[in-house]
Amino acid sequence: MARLVLNEEQQMLKDSAQGFLRERAPISQLRRLRDERDEKGYSQALWSAMVEMGFTGILLPEEFGGTGFGHVGMGQIGEQVGRNLSASPLFATAVLGASAIDLAGNEQQKQDLLPRIAAGELLTALAVDERARHTPDWVETQAERRNEGFVLNGEKRYVVDGHIADKLIVSARTAGSASERDGITLLIVDADADGVEIERTIMVDSRNAAVVRLSGVRVDAGAVLGEVDNGYPLLERLLDIGNAHIAAELLGIAQEAFERTVQYLKERKQFGVLIGSFQGLQHRAAHLWSEIELVKSVVLAALSALDQGSADAAQLASLAKAKASEVAQLATNEAVQMHGGIGMTDEFDIGLFIKRARPLQQLFGDYRYHADRYAALSGY
Amino acid sequence: MSDLEDFRRETRAWLEANCPASMRTPILSDDDPCWGGRKWTFKSEDQRLWLERMAERGWTAPDWPKEYGGGGLTKEETKILREEMARIKARPPLHSFGIWMIGPAILKFGSEELKRQHIPPIVRGEIRWCQGYSEPGAGSDLAGLQTRAVDMGDHFIVNGQKIWTSYADKADWMFCLVRTNPDVKKQLGISLVLFDMTTPGVSTRPIKLISGSSPFCETFLDDVRVEKNQVVGEIDQGWTIAKYLLTHEREMIGGFGRTAAGEKTLSQQAVDVLGLDNGRLADSFMRADIARWDLDAKAFELTAERVVDEAKSGQGVGNASAMLKYYGTELNKRRQELLMALYGSDSLVWEGEAWRDGALPRQWLRSKGNSIEGGTSEIQLNVIAKNILGLG
Repeated sequence: MARLVLNEEQQMLKDSAQGFLRERAPISQLRRLRDERDEKGYSQALWSAMVEMGFTGILLPEEFGGTGFGHVGMGQIGEQVGRNLSASPLFATAVLGASAIDLAGNEQQKQDLLPRIAAGELLTALAVDERARHTPDWVETQAERRNEGFVLNGEKRYVVDGHIADKLIVSARTAGSASERDGITLLIVDADADGVEIERTIMVDSRNAAVVRLSGVRVDAGAVLGEVDNGYPLLERLLDIGNAHIAAELLGIAQEAFERTVQYLKERKQFGVLIGSFQGLQHRAAHLWSEIELVKSVVLAALSALDQGSADAAQLASLAKAKASEVAQLATNEAVQMHGGIGMTDEFDIGLFIKRARPLQQLFGDYRYHADRYAALSGY
Repeated sequence: MSDLEDFRRETRAWLEANCPASMRTPILSDDDPCWGGRKWTFKSEDQRLWLERMAERGWTAPDWPKEYGGGGLTKEETKILREEMARIKARPPLHSFGIWMIGPAILKFGSEELKRQHIPPIVRGEIRWCQGYSEPGAGSDLAGLQTRAVDMGDHFIVNGQKIWTSYADKADWMFCLVRTNPDVKKQLGISLVLFDMTTPGVSTRPIKLISGSSPFCETFLDDVRVEKNQVVGEIDQGWTIAKYLLTHEREMIGGFGRTAAGEKTLSQQAVDVLGLDNGRLADSFMRADIARWDLDAKAFELTAERVVDEAKSGQGVGNASAMLKYYGTELNKRRQELLMALYGSDSLVWEGEAWRDGALPRQWLRSKGNSIEGGTSEIQLNVIAKNILGLG
């Protein structure tokens, strides 16, 4: 069995996502959400259509209303999301939230939450980082035991979809000190609970993120996701999943920015000839094409390793995120440069790709973070 | 599925019983591989045995048809054989331009007569081949070649000069691009011909490289008689086959960057040399450089795998060979530079047994040629820009 090709089902999913997103969630939609300063930052009609398409249940088993198509399948949608810069809660809810509860939820939590996620009725957000650069083991947010439950105090930043989420999945310290990996617990917190303050932060990509402040927030024991004090391995697993899917979205961004740029090279004339006839630009384009081919391979390998539960899934997730970040950065930089002056204008779409790439690169660790992690996982 | 399981079990048992212990050690220098041919002296009895045993089963060319001496294995079986060989770190029994290059071309384009004449000796490692492509005036512009073959009825008379002929002085036969028609567009007047290197008028002279070794020669062709039945494919249609062969060559050269079976990886060597500090390489700049290379090398390896998987399932872009050649050779050059930095002044010693007679700096210098031979990196980028991206 060939490992690094899509099967028929996955190819169909890719094709249908391509047509669907191009029509229902094109770049013009992101512009409209931005220009109208839309309160939610996504279109409810699009979200309902995504639910109808089954996108929200791709990672969930059938018993909870999903289809169980898996990560490779979901990654195909993510890639098309990247190409169209489609804004929706899909990543925060249907990738992160769905995976978190499916992986670690108890029977009660699964019964309560997963069908509502599949139905698009419940939105989630993962609140991990406390520092501006991704440091998942730096957890100062405290969860103190009180009676049968916990009381939370602390602050999380860069919480994607934080201001629209119904439930927050929060990493908090139940033992040990700030940078220890032991003593971290994941807790499910209602966004409207007393003491939760959520501030939407408008980011460079006009997409949703928030600062979440927790002051004396009470939760009961049923809020614990997974094991008390031993939440870090689960968090790492969730971040691997997140990073593989972010890499898929970055791949879509890199490809779209690249293809638009090559098209421009075939249209723009200077000195009486098409600028695509200049070798100085041809070689840069050809190099970038080669790099994108590498990203296709690492993204597929990482997603497929997650589906198969391979031992090297963590390493491949870091490889995919690192390489996709590096190449998306190159692709979007080259895109602006090769478009020349018009690439600097807000009116032209190419600038939206560079603005979307950077937040995705930073989210859950950039090239440096993952190159370092890859080396550590490789024994050096 | 169970047939393949059986095949794996049998293959494993056969390899265990038949691959000599000394053939399960890494190939560390240019002297280690077995190239075969009339002039070959086996480096050891094990080397001879290993070649004979593998050749007898046709496993030197496992996926070639059985009727010409090949192994007749399916793609899946070939993959299993390679995996099982890698598992015990078995060396390839034979390094051969016959198997890598001209053999596949003869099987694809050659007459029945040529297949019967040339394929079996290639499989058995009895005839060693060299490639007559480049000329002093035709490097990157290969189609501009001038070696002239004049039609004499039943044969050609060939005159000209070839350069960068790998191991021409050790080879028994040459596959050679010649101009059979000077009056048409340059790509349309080229033929691919085969001749014995002992034919009168063929002489060679080794070229010494910056690495100190002489893997390449100049080859002089003075009134060399070539029989017409030794043309592969149609007369004047050789450029198509030449491009097909270049694809093979590019894939082969593109693979040079990979760590050989049994050889320590770059990062393992770095751990040995620099040591770890809290689980991290003690030199932080070196660690970052190596990690960068490692990510690219792993991504490249997965890409080579994906290209094969896509070809098997009938998808894929084609033309991937230009990318693999470009990226693979650039990766290998980076790896050699990192090894030089890692070993510091030890990497600069040119002579002396303790330094394996300068194997490291010689390898490093040799790698500079990887992005020149078989079409330079710049030519590969041109190919990608033109054929894949449609930039004119």
